[in-house]
Amino acid sequence: MRELKLMKGNEAIAEAAIRAGVDGYFGYPITPQSEVMETLMALRPWDSTGMVVLQAESETASINMVYGGAGCGKRVMTSSSSPGVSLMQEGLTYLAGAELPCVVVNVVRGGPGLGTIQPAQSDYFQTVKGGGHGDYKLITLAPASVQEMADFVELSFDLAFKYRNPVMILSDGVIGQMMEKVELSEQKPRWTAEYIEENHTWATTGKKANREKNIITSVQLEASVQEAFNHKLQAKYRSVEENEVRYEEVMCDDADYIIVAYGSSARICQKSIEIAREKGIKVGMFRPITLYPFPTEQLMKRAKQVKGMLSVEMSAGQMVEDVKLAVECSIPVEHFGRFGGSVHSPGEVVEALEQKLIGGDK
Amino acid sequence: MSDINTIIKPENIVYKRTDVLSDNDLSYCPGCGHGTVHKLIAEVIEEMGIQDTTIGIAPVGCSVLAYNYLEIDWQQAAHGRAPALATAVKRLMPEKNVFSYQGDGDLAAIGTAETIHACNRGENIVMIFINNGIYGMTGGQMAPTTLPGMAASTCPHGRDVSHDGEPIKISEILAQLPGTCYVTRQSVHTAGNVRKTKKALRKAFENQAANKGTSLVEVVSNCNSGWKMTPIKSNEWMEENMFPYYPLGDIKNEE
Repeated sequence: MRELKLMKGNEAIAEAAIRAGVDGYFGYPITPQSEVMETLMALRPWDSTGMVVLQAESETASINMVYGGAGCGKRVMTSSSSPGVSLMQEGLTYLAGAELPCVVVNVVRGGPGLGTIQPAQSDYFQTVKGGGHGDYKLITLAPASVQEMADFVELSFDLAFKYRNPVMILSDGVIGQMMEKVELSEQKPRWTAEYIEENHTWATTGKKANREKNIITSVQLEASVQEAFNHKLQAKYRSVEENEVRYEEVMCDDADYIIVAYGSSARICQKSIEIAREKGIKVGMFRPITLYPFPTEQLMKRAKQVKGMLSVEMSAGQMVEDVKLAVECSIPVEHFGRFGGSVHSPGEVVEALEQKLIGGDK
Repeated sequence: MSDINTIIKPENIVYKRTDVLSDNDLSYCPGCGHGTVHKLIAEVIEEMGIQDTTIGIAPVGCSVLAYNYLEIDWQQAAHGRAPALATAVKRLMPEKNVFSYQGDGDLAAIGTAETIHACNRGENIVMIFINNGIYGMTGGQMAPTTLPGMAASTCPHGRDVSHDGEPIKISEILAQLPGTCYVTRQSVHTAGNVRKTKKALRKAFENQAANKGTSLVEVVSNCNSGWKMTPIKSNEWMEENMFPYYPLGDIKNEE
């Protein structure tokens, strides 16, 4: 039965993971996301579903535990915040290189360095451009509510196994910490060993006499073999780009200007477009839900209709580059955002819109 | 002289290579101990009848391609991270047999944290540790286990302990942790030592079957290429220099 609860975004991740029948969570404490593991440990899912929950000695260890579990065809995940996710970059490129499905949650905080524990969106580049080495992509979902924190857990696992690729839920300290009403789905069973052996024939479940041994690896010493493998990866990414773009449009149809924002910035900008429309400015909001694959074509379509776009992000300007690329600089595209742990107000966004785009239009 | 085909008959076979070992040519240098240890693991797996339930974790180093040589399911880990992978594999599939195979750079330098914490949690796994005192695959650089005064490409004038510290006796450190049930140091340079190492490996896998905790089998081995010696000379050098610093035998054996 679906259940209605008031909870933090971080708690919703934990609840949703248990209910989705996830097999394992491996994590290391870091603010502002420690409630994920705390909630799991309090709920003791090993007694109910058999889910393994383990506190690792570092984020390096936890992402490599994820690698080990994913290699067995199990649904495994971790969560962290920016400095911890930086430590995980090695593991993420190995996961991508070994084509292992898993889910990683980043509840982003301000950087660089140890930075601040306050919310930010400054890990966009690291996530969608590949924070580790080599040509790889992380399918990236950006939740804008506690409900989406919960819903995206199962969606992420579906995508991860569909494409045998790591999936990142790129959240932030606002979504992780704020409390909202959330509708939790009913408890689903974990996959059985038989299901995994039948459906994930690549997994290391023990070599049976009737099959070749399974090897999970990312090493190909021959350059020609490695190049061919890279072509295979690129073909997979093209397929992800063709099939998995997700976005939301708010009041875009009659808009003269569009605010592009994701995650908690999109929540703030919902209020901004209301304020702007009260002032007679026709503004809409375009919210990318997948940051990779980025909704490039959909933004280009809107670029033909509007006079300019404002990318609003809690960073010094990262997604704005993808917006400019999407619209091929056919219209003015500006960036606005507070960063380093500060959060913009709806009014500040409207002021920026007036100054940077409408003012320039006169 | 009798025809060879009259001799090679199933009823005359007294020794046969285990089927757990693959037909692939080994990538190891002639004289290296890796091949012998691989064979021993394969034999133990066959004798215990656990080929279909064993998962190996390969490291980064000379044995990065270990998965080519044993006919079991394998995962290849990032450098030093094998114990983290093994932890998850075993926790998620407790009924399987899980072992990591790691060199000294992998286990005792870059992966020290993963090694110590897997042992401290008492992960019910087998860790097989090949200590040859050098980075073999990358061409003979100083390892955490390189002996004092021993030359390597990044300490060409010999390891200066005032500069680089003493070589780390990681097995002695791990033996102090309550999570380890069995820590032993063996070698494979003589027939007698090969037999002892096989017994140690068997015991380690049996410990896992009995849920006893972490078993660590260190094998002090040669690296004739890295040490720039003939295989025979390297074994002599190992006896004279490595064994006094890394004495063979059980360090911890909890019955």
